[in-house]
Amino acid sequence: MNLHEYQSKRIFGRFGIPVPSGEVATTPGEVRDIAVRLGGPVVVKSQVLVGGRGKAGGIKLAKTPDEAEQRADAILGMTIKGLTVKKVLVDPAADIRKEIYLGAVLDRSSRRVILMASSEGGVDIEEVAAKTPDKIVKVAAHPFLGLKPHQARYLADGIGLPKDLTNDFIKIAQNLYQVFVNNDASLAEINPLVITGENKLMALDGKISVDDNALYRHPELVELRDPDEEDASEREAHRYGLSYIHLDGEIGCMVNGAGLAMATMDIVKLYGGEPANFLDIGGGAQSDKVAAALRIILSDSRVKAVLINIFGGITRCDEVARGVLDAIGSLDVRVPFVVRLVGTNEEEGRRILAEANLITATSLADAAQKAVAAAKGELQ
Amino acid sequence: MSILVGKNTRLVVQGITGREGAFHTKQMIDYGTPVVGGVTPGKGGEWAFGNVPVFDTVRDAVAATGANTSVIFVPARFAADAIIEAADAGIELVVCITEGIPVMDMVQVRAFLDTTHTRLIGPNCPGLITPGEAKVGIIPGHIMTKGNVGLVSRSGTLTYEVVYALTARGIGQTTAVGIGGDPINGTSFLDVLQMFEQDPETEQVILIGEIGGTDEQKAAEYIAHKMTKPVTGFIAGQTAPPGRRMGHAGAIISGGEGTAAEKIAALTHAGAKVARHPDEIADLVASNMK
Repeated sequence: MNLHEYQSKRIFGRFGIPVPSGEVATTPGEVRDIAVRLGGPVVVKSQVLVGGRGKAGGIKLAKTPDEAEQRADAILGMTIKGLTVKKVLVDPAADIRKEIYLGAVLDRSSRRVILMASSEGGVDIEEVAAKTPDKIVKVAAHPFLGLKPHQARYLADGIGLPKDLTNDFIKIAQNLYQVFVNNDASLAEINPLVITGENKLMALDGKISVDDNALYRHPELVELRDPDEEDASEREAHRYGLSYIHLDGEIGCMVNGAGLAMATMDIVKLYGGEPANFLDIGGGAQSDKVAAALRIILSDSRVKAVLINIFGGITRCDEVARGVLDAIGSLDVRVPFVVRLVGTNEEEGRRILAEANLITATSLADAAQKAVAAAKGELQ
Repeated sequence: MSILVGKNTRLVVQGITGREGAFHTKQMIDYGTPVVGGVTPGKGGEWAFGNVPVFDTVRDAVAATGANTSVIFVPARFAADAIIEAADAGIELVVCITEGIPVMDMVQVRAFLDTTHTRLIGPNCPGLITPGEAKVGIIPGHIMTKGNVGLVSRSGTLTYEVVYALTARGIGQTTAVGIGGDPINGTSFLDVLQMFEQDPETEQVILIGEIGGTDEQKAAEYIAHKMTKPVTGFIAGQTAPPGRRMGHAGAIISGGEGTAAEKIAALTHAGAKVARHPDEIADLVASNMK
């Protein structure tokens, strides 16, 4: 789960990281009021969960409350990468002398939370990593010790931070580590962390991503979830305990197991089709889940054929076949289905499906080829 | 021979009285796995399946039964503590089936385990099985056949697919190990490859990887420089969009790292044969047997 900039910065503020004293608004009038209260120039920033807001025209400077209102009028309602802007953050415009980067992220390879800093702030850190990796310095926090002051000092030295700011930087780095750990983050970054004209460090923009598996112990974060930012069908799938990701192709896929679901998408592509989704119904393939999964797949009007690929291990194929038939019977189905059932009692499962006039397949390659043909209307 | 589990396994089931735990314990017992005890806090003194004693703690279970292996079916919020408890009790091999453990819990668990002699398999894995000897976890036993192919995988059902295809062709297996789909786990591809390399019964190995992380690339280095036995590889997720988690918590391409293409290239470069799709895996394995 990703948090908005304003949500992330509020959390930073609570953990003692200096942030601008901005406020959130949903109408140009509110923006004007905030600008009056703040006094002086402001920045109006669209709050949508995508990168590149600035380039898309979603972040604008305004010198007066009138201008802030006009800017907000243009930004509110605009679409950035498919998302409509419904909220803006109004921050006092900062006097920026230098932009740096500071982020905490889980490093899978070392199995530690690492803190990364770069003298190149305000730009995409992945680009910096790709083009000038020597401009990024990293330290790994030990899980039982946390981020020690000397480690943060290494970062400050590594990016050539002015010495008079080192102690403030150490506090910010340690606080950012606490933000990460206390919120079960998978990413917590300040980009840019700026040196202001008054020679102070301030987190001007930021981002926190939270580990979905840990949300049960963070009810306060669950409340920050923005339903507008999630695909409706993905949200629906989540309610049924299905793992579903919407893609752009024409062949709907329903599979048990994440690895097999990915392999199924891959083989559809290998035989000239495009998968419409990733969908893992879990190990057991219970009929209520099958029905919910098919309903979600069929709600995508681009789907021209459905490929069901189930390995029946402990759940027998004949049970799965009956579940699939029940689900299909309860739905308005207008596209061809190709079903591959393998595993325990597979012959019985296939017989049940063939009697219902579904297209059956034995191998995965056979199933993928039939699904691609069926989507083109070459197979009924 | 085999690796990790076999005739000497003495298994304790953590979460034996839960729905999943009870169901799969029955399957493990039916397969012939020596299940010597179970643990459910508060139910110590009871019996499961007639003759399996239930204990309140793993420590009690080890003291009473001499268990050396545990399998964990407890809910995600209790699973990290269950792993640590098993290690504390001196269990040598802990297999955690549970999916959905917070990753920061696993960061701590793994750092703790590194100070002990306990090996963890998983979490978020189907467990492992040595045909005819012991099944620890949820891999369907009847699809396995005794033989000489070792298998290690991040995916459950993809493992079953491949084993099923091997068995259908009369190709047996030494041990199948599911290392799980989480970003931080107890045992890596590299660890398991080293064990298969040492195991005299294992003649060749199948490695089933997926997008996310660099575990497959580390395995490829070992294959290139140390491994003498042939390896057949498969990587799932060639069509996965970057930045999205494909079901498994660890199956995500982030920062341009962990793509299927780079893993396939690393394995191919290391001399492994890489299948384009799962159906080809058994063919490639058969071609190594001539």
